[in-house]
Amino acid sequence: MTRQAATKGTHVELADISKSFGGVRALDEISLKIGQGSIHALVGENGAGKSTLGKILAGVITPDRGQLLIDGEPVTFHSPREAITRGIVLIAQELSIAPALSVAENVFLGTEPRRAGFVARRALRRRYDELAATAGFELSGDLPGRGLRTADQQKVEILRALCRDARLIVMDEPTAALSRPDTQRLHQVIRRLAAGGTTVVLVSHFLGEVAELADQVTILRDGRLVRTAPAAGETEETMLSSMLGRSVGTTFPAKRPVRSDAPVVLEARGLSAHGVRDVTLDVRAGEIVGLAGLVGSGRTELARALCRAQRVTAGTVTTAGEPLTARRPGGRRVLGSQWPARGPHAALRAGLAMIPESRKEQGLLLGRPITENVSLASLARLSELGLVRRRTERRAVTSALGQVGVRVPGLGPSRGVWARRHGRPGQQGRDPGLAAPVSTLSGGNQQKALFARILLRGPRVLIADEPTRGVDVGAKRALYELLTSLAADGLGVLLISSDAEEILGLAHRVLVMRAGRIAAEFRGQAMTEAAILGAAFGAPERGPETGPEIGPERGA
Amino acid sequence: MDQQDVTVRSADGSPSLRPPAALATGLRRAGILYPFLILFIVLSVSSGPFFTKVNLLDILDQQASTLIVAAAGTLVLVAGGIDLSVGAVYALAGVTAAHMALFAPPGVAILAGVAVGLGVGLVNGVIVTAFRINALIATLAMSFVVSGLASLVTGGNLVIDYAHPGFADLARTSFLTVNTSTWTMLAVVVALAVVLSRTTAGRYMYASGSNAEAARLSGVRVQGIKLLTFVLSGGAAALGGVIDASRVLSAQASNGETTLTFTVLAGIVVGGTSILGGEGAMWRTVVGVLFIALIGNGFDLLGLNPLYEQIALGGILLIAVGLDAWSRLRQN
Repeated sequence: MTRQAATKGTHVELADISKSFGGVRALDEISLKIGQGSIHALVGENGAGKSTLGKILAGVITPDRGQLLIDGEPVTFHSPREAITRGIVLIAQELSIAPALSVAENVFLGTEPRRAGFVARRALRRRYDELAATAGFELSGDLPGRGLRTADQQKVEILRALCRDARLIVMDEPTAALSRPDTQRLHQVIRRLAAGGTTVVLVSHFLGEVAELADQVTILRDGRLVRTAPAAGETEETMLSSMLGRSVGTTFPAKRPVRSDAPVVLEARGLSAHGVRDVTLDVRAGEIVGLAGLVGSGRTELARALCRAQRVTAGTVTTAGEPLTARRPGGRRVLGSQWPARGPHAALRAGLAMIPESRKEQGLLLGRPITENVSLASLARLSELGLVRRRTERRAVTSALGQVGVRVPGLGPSRGVWARRHGRPGQQGRDPGLAAPVSTLSGGNQQKALFARILLRGPRVLIADEPTRGVDVGAKRALYELLTSLAADGLGVLLISSDAEEILGLAHRVLVMRAGRIAAEFRGQAMTEAAILGAAFGAPERGPETGPEIGPERGA
Repeated sequence: MDQQDVTVRSADGSPSLRPPAALATGLRRAGILYPFLILFIVLSVSSGPFFTKVNLLDILDQQASTLIVAAAGTLVLVAGGIDLSVGAVYALAGVTAAHMALFAPPGVAILAGVAVGLGVGLVNGVIVTAFRINALIATLAMSFVVSGLASLVTGGNLVIDYAHPGFADLARTSFLTVNTSTWTMLAVVVALAVVLSRTTAGRYMYASGSNAEAARLSGVRVQGIKLLTFVLSGGAAALGGVIDASRVLSAQASNGETTLTFTVLAGIVVGGTSILGGEGAMWRTVVGVLFIALIGNGFDLLGLNPLYEQIALGGILLIAVGLDAWSRLRQN
């Protein structure tokens, strides 16, 4: 499978590239060479840094340190546009096809051949046919962008890259959404591109694909380079084992054993929803159950289905022994006993709360005061006849924030920036700190404010989706303590994380998701990073059901 | 990893208010108050008849219906919606009440007018929440429907109630030297201000407008809250229409219409309530509406060419919206 591509010389070289995001080191002194006309794969766990590396190549991200050399010449990209002028194009996971335009128009979008300001249609068609012939694609330029299959959309993106004279194409998970026949076809396309002298950098989760397709493999772990080696010398096992084992020693609070008679507080039976297939799971009071899996394996969809933020197509969810049905607290069923409860408010009422994946998009009311953000889920309890009892609210919020360890400027002994700037010292009644917008808090404190919201609500079960994403090490540690102590107080926790070590350090039990199903469960001694990763990556068996073929074949 | 860098970059910790943002936020926070006070003082000094009880009460009385509609409109905007049908509802309720007053007791006529508005508001709310149709388009379409209904009620004629002076009591009764229309306006504005700033429903309105998904995940029934704001808006628009019909003892289908809709929106936005939802306050709307009223009053009293009034108003509106957009841009 390996062609003698590397002999054609180095196309791109990275020298000691480092990149941090707000104190979190995403890439640490990465050096590697990418051969002209080769297929170079980047592999690693979620968060290992492979996507970041791809984005640095394509100018989406500018590295903090280090040098990028193209054809031996040092370059610095500040934008994708600059990278494109040097022949480097990124094809992102999310494809961007204008549905109202034809395939040919999509390909030449922004670079249409023009005559006196009008698009020269015939020239556009001619150039499209030439381009498609060069690439060896049989895709009609007249097809509308709307309704193109993912595989064909990818071809449009590739042609778009080629018509901009791309000499290096970075593909981020190109086959993640493809069925097996389409995957095979895309592989052919990639091989043809490389044979024609185009360099392809392939970011992929599918190790089988990498072993089959790539000339060179670079394995990343925790932002560091493990090795770059010829793909011919690698197997899925050798790559997997190199991804394991973190060097950074994060400490975790001691696990408290779950009482043997602890009741089941969350029970799902045969739950199916968009991206979730036939999931059955239990969480007991005081138990932290880890939910691992790759991004896109259905973890977040499962979380959202459990708390009814997403439509459930089959199965049942029971919280604290009570089926989640649309029922008023008094016991009167509103819509019949079998009717599945709609909306997160029903889940919350049954004692099931969620910390969502994205705190800015799904968690916080960024422009609103800290108080309102924390009390939002508990206002009914903090009000009388519909009127919010503001003193009670302030006291409750202050105490909840204290429990999660947020020091709001203006509260307590240390008066912070906000209070100093707007200085109203010694004011008792109105607290400037709590009235400040929640967006003025640091990332870690914003996350803690979300925990405070949940704490104030007092659920029986908490689903925490990536609760430590984007927070610094200190805040991480505090959140670990918090999760552990909440569980010790009898809360059942379902912890979703891309960080295998985090799950190992906190969870009593771990479920691994793959392609919408629970692929494996590990507990006790069997809980190892190798086991989790092995189950998460799995064998690359992806049947036609992941991307059903609809209609007649249109592609190559 | 893909989303991580987005999250992390914004998590750097320090308060995000840089000087220009602080300036913009500060300007927006104080907002319309300073221009309003300056205009008020300028008019008091330059025009003798301005700062008299008669003139000031007259302004309030004239603005009563606008303020009532704008007060409810503030709730709609805060909750992330918009209601362009208020002008049409105002007209329909006015002609309904005036028409009913011809043969029914004034109380029944008034209730019928308001009920019609609540009904239209409910329909607006259902279209927007249950069928997920963009509020701008849904209420625009409804405004045509409702205008048509108003013409149907009147048959294209002016409805005249001069023979039924009892209908005028709603607006014209004087209590403590102030007309009931003004008292009604004060009651509605204060009540809706309390709803917005003190009740759980008001908090949910801010939450829904600020981040609907976050509110939903926190157990807020966002669609229900939005529905409520549309019902209130319809009811308030109707009350405004009924009050004005009662004031002049007549009504026609072309009353209000788009002029009222846009005056109300202009007042709310000039006050500093964001058209993007999640921010705003009732006092802002009151000051914004009165600011626009003062401009009109000032042009009248100072004998300026009223053509420039509209140009001035448009400019002020652009500045208000521009400030909002600018400070949001700086914050992000």
